[in-house]
Amino acid sequence: MRTLVVGAQALLVEVDSADEVAALHAELLRRRDAGALGPVRDLVPAARTVLLDGVRDPAALGALIARWEVPPLTREEGPLVTVPVRYDGPDLAEVARLWGVAPGEVPGIVGATGFRVAFCGFAPGFGYLTGLPERLHVPRRETPRTAVPAGSLALAGEYAGVYPRSSPGGWQLIGSTDAVLWDPEREPAALFAPGVRVRFTEAGRD
Amino acid sequence: MTELLVVVRPGALTTVQDGGRPGYAHLGVPRSGALDTAAYALANRLVGNPPDAAALETTLDGVSLRAPAATVVAVTGAPCPVRISGRPVAWGAPVRLPAGAELEVGRAESGLRGYVAVRGGLAVPPVLGSRSTDLLSGLGPPVLSAGMTLPVGPAGPDPVPGADAYGLPAAPSELLLPLRLGPRADWFTKASLAGLWRAEFRVSAESNRIGLRTEAGTPLVRARAGELPSEGMVLGAVQVPPDGLPVVFLADHPVTGGYPVVGVVAPGPALDAAAQARPGTPVRFLRAA
Repeated sequence: MRTLVVGAQALLVEVDSADEVAALHAELLRRRDAGALGPVRDLVPAARTVLLDGVRDPAALGALIARWEVPPLTREEGPLVTVPVRYDGPDLAEVARLWGVAPGEVPGIVGATGFRVAFCGFAPGFGYLTGLPERLHVPRRETPRTAVPAGSLALAGEYAGVYPRSSPGGWQLIGSTDAVLWDPEREPAALFAPGVRVRFTEAGRD
Repeated sequence: MTELLVVVRPGALTTVQDGGRPGYAHLGVPRSGALDTAAYALANRLVGNPPDAAALETTLDGVSLRAPAATVVAVTGAPCPVRISGRPVAWGAPVRLPAGAELEVGRAESGLRGYVAVRGGLAVPPVLGSRSTDLLSGLGPPVLSAGMTLPVGPAGPDPVPGADAYGLPAAPSELLLPLRLGPRADWFTKASLAGLWRAEFRVSAESNRIGLRTEAGTPLVRARAGELPSEGMVLGAVQVPPDGLPVVFLADHPVTGGYPVVGVVAPGPALDAAAQARPGTPVRFLRAA
């Protein structure tokens, strides 16, 4: 674990893997909620880091965090969201080919995967979901689509994600959902907030 | 009853802004908010609004509005001619806008961004606690267009202060940005970091509310190859894309980014000045502790 000062009010904590980010983020939330972290305005997990923005003394806090023992996350930690999906994406056959399975097997493989929202970005409510084993990582499309429909379930690299609204995108689209990914009136506004565990079920089946 | 302002001429880019929506970066939501924070706060103070009331932020060529009911307005930020029903009135001071009269905020004489506060504040519906237009993610009210109406909230108890002269910094002829190195300064060669304090960049015309882009200076040189995994970004972060020309992140900056941040410019007067620097303005970075 490495801590890096970012300006006068922020601190970046760097670790080696997405799993360690998830564990560190959970630990930071635990300590913040217990009032043991001090004031912090934003806690922003990303691929290999967690940013703490709006802190009083980044160097002192960094020295403190560097001494923490962060317990690894158990699979069952964090709230669980179940999202029904129709497996009707235009790249379903391509993803099945890359995985070396029949298209009909994709829903079962995705459904059996325990995903976790590693971080958000790209657009409000867009979560980067980790959990796919390395052999199921797929490349981005060579040519991005100019418009991906809202609710599309998509894969790219080590991540899965659902587009909260229509936008350009280069991920492989395998399905679609009616779930509301983003609603500013809701608390939290993002269905896929960092730390949330996600299960995809096949719509119309139990 | 809520009073409405009618947009007669929207200007090149006029948005509703307030203090922004900090605290939602983890959900992918930029901070947003007024770029020149001091000019925005002054505009509100001049009309007796709370400091975080929503106001208009104009870009270069102002805005024209009509108020069906009498109110008080103030224009700050980039100095510009202000007219009410064709007659010149004070800039940087509270002025009465009679019922049915048209407020014309003219083209900036220097600087870039003007602030128009209306007594009572703009009462567009807040999103995540803020009325700011966020151009990166599309949250908040739309960019102003002709014919659009803007609700005005009830006037608060604070009085409208007298028209004393207020000290307002002029738009910068040279933008000096104190830069505190880190977190990824080690991604650049020592020689090119040393050269950063001597390099003179210029503000690029590609600049916007997301970031102040630079051009024409000596590019920073990477000391290491490879890509940085995306990480959280702060206001004032100076990101360096592969072309080596720094980008200073302003209010609508993305919450994460994958280019190394060589250093951070502290929010406050320097970033306020950045909001007023026109394309072509010389930019230098000063070493900050």
